[in-house]
Amino acid sequence: MRSLNLALVPLIALALWQGVVWAAGVPPFILPGPVRVAQALASNAAMLAEQARFTLANLAMGMSAGIVLGVVTAINLALSPAARWLMRPMLVAAQAVPVFALAPVLTLWLGYGAPSKVVMVALVVYFPVASVLFDALMRPPPALADLARAMGARPWRDLVLIRLPHALPALGSGLRLAAVQAPFAVIVGEWVGSSRGLGHLMLMANGRGQPDLMFAALALLAAMGLALFALAGAVQRLTERGRG
Amino acid sequence: MIRITGDLWLEDRPLARGLDLTCAPGTWMGILGASGVGKSTLGRIVAGLPVPARLQGTADVTGAVTLMGQQDQLLPWASALDNVTIGARLRGQRPDRDRARALLAELGLAGLEARRPAHLSGGQRQRVALARTLIEDRPVIVLDEPFSALDAGTRAQMQDLAARHLAGRTVILITHDPLEAARLCHRAVLIGPAGSRALPLPATAPPRALDDPAVLAAQAALFATLVRPCAA
Repeated sequence: MRSLNLALVPLIALALWQGVVWAAGVPPFILPGPVRVAQALASNAAMLAEQARFTLANLAMGMSAGIVLGVVTAINLALSPAARWLMRPMLVAAQAVPVFALAPVLTLWLGYGAPSKVVMVALVVYFPVASVLFDALMRPPPALADLARAMGARPWRDLVLIRLPHALPALGSGLRLAAVQAPFAVIVGEWVGSSRGLGHLMLMANGRGQPDLMFAALALLAAMGLALFALAGAVQRLTERGRG
Repeated sequence: MIRITGDLWLEDRPLARGLDLTCAPGTWMGILGASGVGKSTLGRIVAGLPVPARLQGTADVTGAVTLMGQQDQLLPWASALDNVTIGARLRGQRPDRDRARALLAELGLAGLEARRPAHLSGGQRQRVALARTLIEDRPVIVLDEPFSALDAGTRAQMQDLAARHLAGRTVILITHDPLEAARLCHRAVLIGPAGSRALPLPATAPPRALDDPAVLAAQAALFATLVRPCAA
């Protein structure tokens, strides 16, 4: 049932979209129908693929860096009271600051190429991963914390054998959160200043009066976001395996 | 040798007063009392775990302690075998997997070594916890109501298993169950805010049979003692 509606709903949406375009006679420079968008996708396939590759590469690099740094930070904070004292206020404050507002600054410092986008994505991913994982690492179930203490556990071993496995599902939901935010970050990065990428292409196509190309880029971005979300969901289910 | 004297306070409220508990090496001492009088707290003090309460008095514990609680404290993501060897692994020592396997087999869990706790029954989980306690091989053991969540039959079995495998060790048994104390303990005390006192137990050596008339008489007497503070 569930997989059936997953397949059907997009088809219905596409049909409605095409129906509205036909019935209402919306001019194609306002809303091109799915057929036109599909044509734009096909006729610009090579160019779109190249722009998509740029965006996807930045997304992947930024996410990898953000996740790795977030995990390393959380583990360091969990092991070191001094690091906690220093970093915790920063971690809390960073959550209140809209990281997207940094996009112009990053473009100013790192230029129009890939680095500003990678850093943007990494920042957006880093904070939820670090803070969600850190919170979970600091809250092992009391019974297991007692066990570690009574057994005379070394801190590092306690972390690896008890706290980290217990925190894995939380890391999974952190990753899911990150997967929602990361595509935003890469697009905002490209909108603020870029010479390549799907976000850049959307702005260009809009400026040149090619809404079908703009929608084609948008469709690719949406597909990318959905794929990422599905991947994160799969990873999250993996982290919850064998519990309960 | 374990000796605890004094009063147990939670902030400015006395939990248990006039404590004078002495547990000779190699014997079992039962600690009984109503909920909230600090029985578990005493167990944690003996085990060297942090407690919210304050003991105004002395606690002398000779020998390394291990604690087995009401919750089995098993890692839900680890197999039975890995749960038994967790102590050594937490200390960075080489886990003795052969001994762990042998202990699980002795406790009737042969063939279940790879199972996760979620796929074991309550009684089986407590056996894994007992194996984990036994592999630590420490002279002093605190049993904090470890069998209270089990059904009556499984509980009696677990009591026999624990008595057999922990014979000769110094055991503090915290329990709600007069029958458990009457079967397993050399001595037992009732603690409470009004004071603590020794409880009468049969003179025979534990573990005593479930249907031993002396055990049943002691159980009845203990029940009467437990009920009296409420009636007063």
